[in-house]
Amino acid sequence: MADFRPGTPEQEEFLRDLVGAGYLIESGVAGVYGRGDAFERVRLGFDAKVTAASETEAPEHMVFPPLLPRRQMEEVGYLKSFPHLACTVFAFEGDEDQAAEQERRADEHGDWSEYQEMTDLVLKPAACYPVYPAIAARGALAPGGVMIDAGGTYVFRHEPSGDPARLQAFHQREIVRIGEPETVIEWRNRWRDRSLELLRSVGLDATPDVASDPFFGRSGRLLARSQRAQELKFEVVVQIAGPEPTAVASFNYHQDHFSSVYGIEMAVEDGGDATAHTACLGFGLERITLALVREHGLDQDRWPAAVLAELGL
Amino acid sequence: MREQIRQVIREHGHLAVDIDGLADAADLYQAGMTSHASVNVMIALEDTFDVEFLDSMLKRSVFESVDSIAQALTEVGVPA
Repeated sequence: MADFRPGTPEQEEFLRDLVGAGYLIESGVAGVYGRGDAFERVRLGFDAKVTAASETEAPEHMVFPPLLPRRQMEEVGYLKSFPHLACTVFAFEGDEDQAAEQERRADEHGDWSEYQEMTDLVLKPAACYPVYPAIAARGALAPGGVMIDAGGTYVFRHEPSGDPARLQAFHQREIVRIGEPETVIEWRNRWRDRSLELLRSVGLDATPDVASDPFFGRSGRLLARSQRAQELKFEVVVQIAGPEPTAVASFNYHQDHFSSVYGIEMAVEDGGDATAHTACLGFGLERITLALVREHGLDQDRWPAAVLAELGL
Repeated sequence: MREQIRQVIREHGHLAVDIDGLADAADLYQAGMTSHASVNVMIALEDTFDVEFLDSMLKRSVFESVDSIAQALTEVGVPA
């Protein structure tokens, strides 16, 4: 079991307020909540703003389930970088006696794991992962590459916490750009700036920052510092329930990491191929919703009219 | 020490070029070593020399060249 990280008193109080006002519905597991009507209105309102902002670039839309083939998690090296966040799907395999024993133990809330076998699925930890093999399967890309809107799908990170801004299951609105290195870097930087406009238009005090992923262990410290030194990852942070500001969006340049794994190539004029580079952006829709509630209050009737209009509410 | 460092880089650095053609001061990242490969180099160096790099050494610049790696290894007690 991953260690439970308690929230600060301020975060725990904010969580109680969110539950009390019907934004979140407790499940009994930290970091896994139902969303009430008030929450979903805001989340979908911001999601629609992202859609409107991206439509000018005419992205191709792809939607994938919240599960990922286990093989893909293995291929992209997730278990090397983030073994502590991964979650694998297991299922029953056995005969009738074993099923009966499993049920007996489960009825007592005991340990029934010995009757479970690993399946070929894991919980999807990032919305963009299925996009790369799907694009690679098409063959070499035409100059300019592609932009894929992977939608706002549920992703999972195994990190139970008392901070309502650190959920285990949340919606990540991801858009992926695959193309020449200079094309994807320019796109990544332009969207980082555009995200500031989007977040500020709904009254959030958003600021950009160089960032790193939560890589595991000592080797992870080397990876994280390398990522920062190369400015491969930017986050946009907003104050939610202290003490530190929380990242609500990230803008990531992967260089040729995913394209090398899956063999994504750019067709070049002299007839050869060149390895494509990739970048993705992700908006944490729950965190943005929480930031909006924190900024404007639990009662949406009292939110500024301009903010409600921006969200289509 | 430098020949052992070169052997580790040869096995784990996934360079785009032969390390024999690179000077001790040459930039390994420029030669094609990725961040993920540098992690494998770091772990293999610790195994080879039976040392542990200090936390402050777990950064990109330390694994940039044979020279910079040799300097870090000297600092954690490997005889030059």
